[in-house]
Amino acid sequence: MDPQPEPVSYLCGDCGVENTIKSGDVIRCRDCGYRILYKKRTRRIVQYEAR
Amino acid sequence: MSSSDEEQEQKKNGNGGGILDFIMNLEDVPSKLSPHLELIKTRVVCSIDAPQHTDTINYSGAYAALGVDNSVRLDSFCQNFKVEVKKLTDDDIEFDMIGIDPSLANAFRRILIAEVPTMAIERVYIANNTSIIQDEVLSHRLGLIPINADPTLFEYPDNAGGENNEKNTIVFKLHVRCEKGQPRITVKSDELKWLPNGSDLIADDTKPNAGSKPKTFTSFSCSQDSLPEFSKKPLGPTNPDIILAKLGPGQEIELEVHAVKGVGKTHAKWSPVATAWYRMLPEVVLTEDVTDELADELVTKCPVNVFDIEDIGKGRKRATVVKPRACTLCRECIRGGKEWEDRVSLRRVKDHFIFTIESTGAIPPEVLFTQAVKILEDKCERVITELS
Repeated sequence: MDPQPEPVSYLCGDCGVENTIKSGDVIRCRDCGYRILYKKRTRRIVQYEAR
Repeated sequence: MSSSDEEQEQKKNGNGGGILDFIMNLEDVPSKLSPHLELIKTRVVCSIDAPQHTDTINYSGAYAALGVDNSVRLDSFCQNFKVEVKKLTDDDIEFDMIGIDPSLANAFRRILIAEVPTMAIERVYIANNTSIIQDEVLSHRLGLIPINADPTLFEYPDNAGGENNEKNTIVFKLHVRCEKGQPRITVKSDELKWLPNGSDLIADDTKPNAGSKPKTFTSFSCSQDSLPEFSKKPLGPTNPDIILAKLGPGQEIELEVHAVKGVGKTHAKWSPVATAWYRMLPEVVLTEDVTDELADELVTKCPVNVFDIEDIGKGRKRATVVKPRACTLCRECIRGGKEWEDRVSLRRVKDHFIFTIESTGAIPPEVLFTQAVKILEDKCERVITELS
């Protein structure tokens, strides 16, 4: 019973607008129609040693 | 008596009166060394090619044959040891330590660099970093920021997997965002905001339970700013203007850092000093009168102006040593032939140390030195208890 997966947002490679796409969607910017999208960094915490 | 012995005996008698007079004219024979031995014992002579007599003579019976006691005695040390502060600012101290063995002076230097504790950022929890500086590099930069907190008020972290509480951890957060359409932002160390209540970030592995507070990376039992020692002055970096990163439009950094107590031998970020060093006091002696053109030449030879001209009347000039402390032992003054080597003698006083401490700002430099002395004292006590 996993909680609902968060919708992942992507950045358009051309105009930089934020897109949310679900599985099955066409990979395409809603604003300009550009077909390259970049995944945003998750807010998952990463721990580093400051050395 | 062999013939050679007889010869020596005759020689002695030949100029015996001179030697005897010399011995009798010495101030007091049993407690004082002759000048040339005193020079070897107390000075490093810096000749053109290499320093001479660089070792210290420690053996108590080194001059037993001359009737001079060379042993170290506590009362004579207490009588002769001196500390003279020459310069003191918020971050720097320069003082003279006179009458101490180089091994001890070096012990203080090494303890200052590697064993006096401070607080430094050790763990970095990055929630978001879309800047061009990588997480690892950013973490390393954060670690090197001097933290203005008195380490004596904190405990060493429990490495056996204990919890991070208000006694061993200082938490800061950094959240900067450069909005789209805005000019670039330079993120400086004053953006680190102290969180006296501990971590804000929710640890990943906890299940969100209704009712109970979500688990964070620290477990503070009380707020640090409620403690009397921190309520007056908030904790933060010592310098507000250390550049950490630069953000372009749309970039963001959100993170939390934990500063803990540590020592410089673990990692240089815990070293309380920018550096600490000493040099032996230079001594410049003119072994013969240097006058007129030679005096002018000598003054111009020295790049740090150790020498000056003295007027000795009738339009004649003589060189004098005015600032021996400024001498860097560059040996420029004894270059230019054997005659210059004979005129000027460059020496260093073996038991006189010009000690300089540059603090990173968390602890005042004079306090740093007393802490270093205390650490050496503790080490000695440990040895004594081990032996007894």
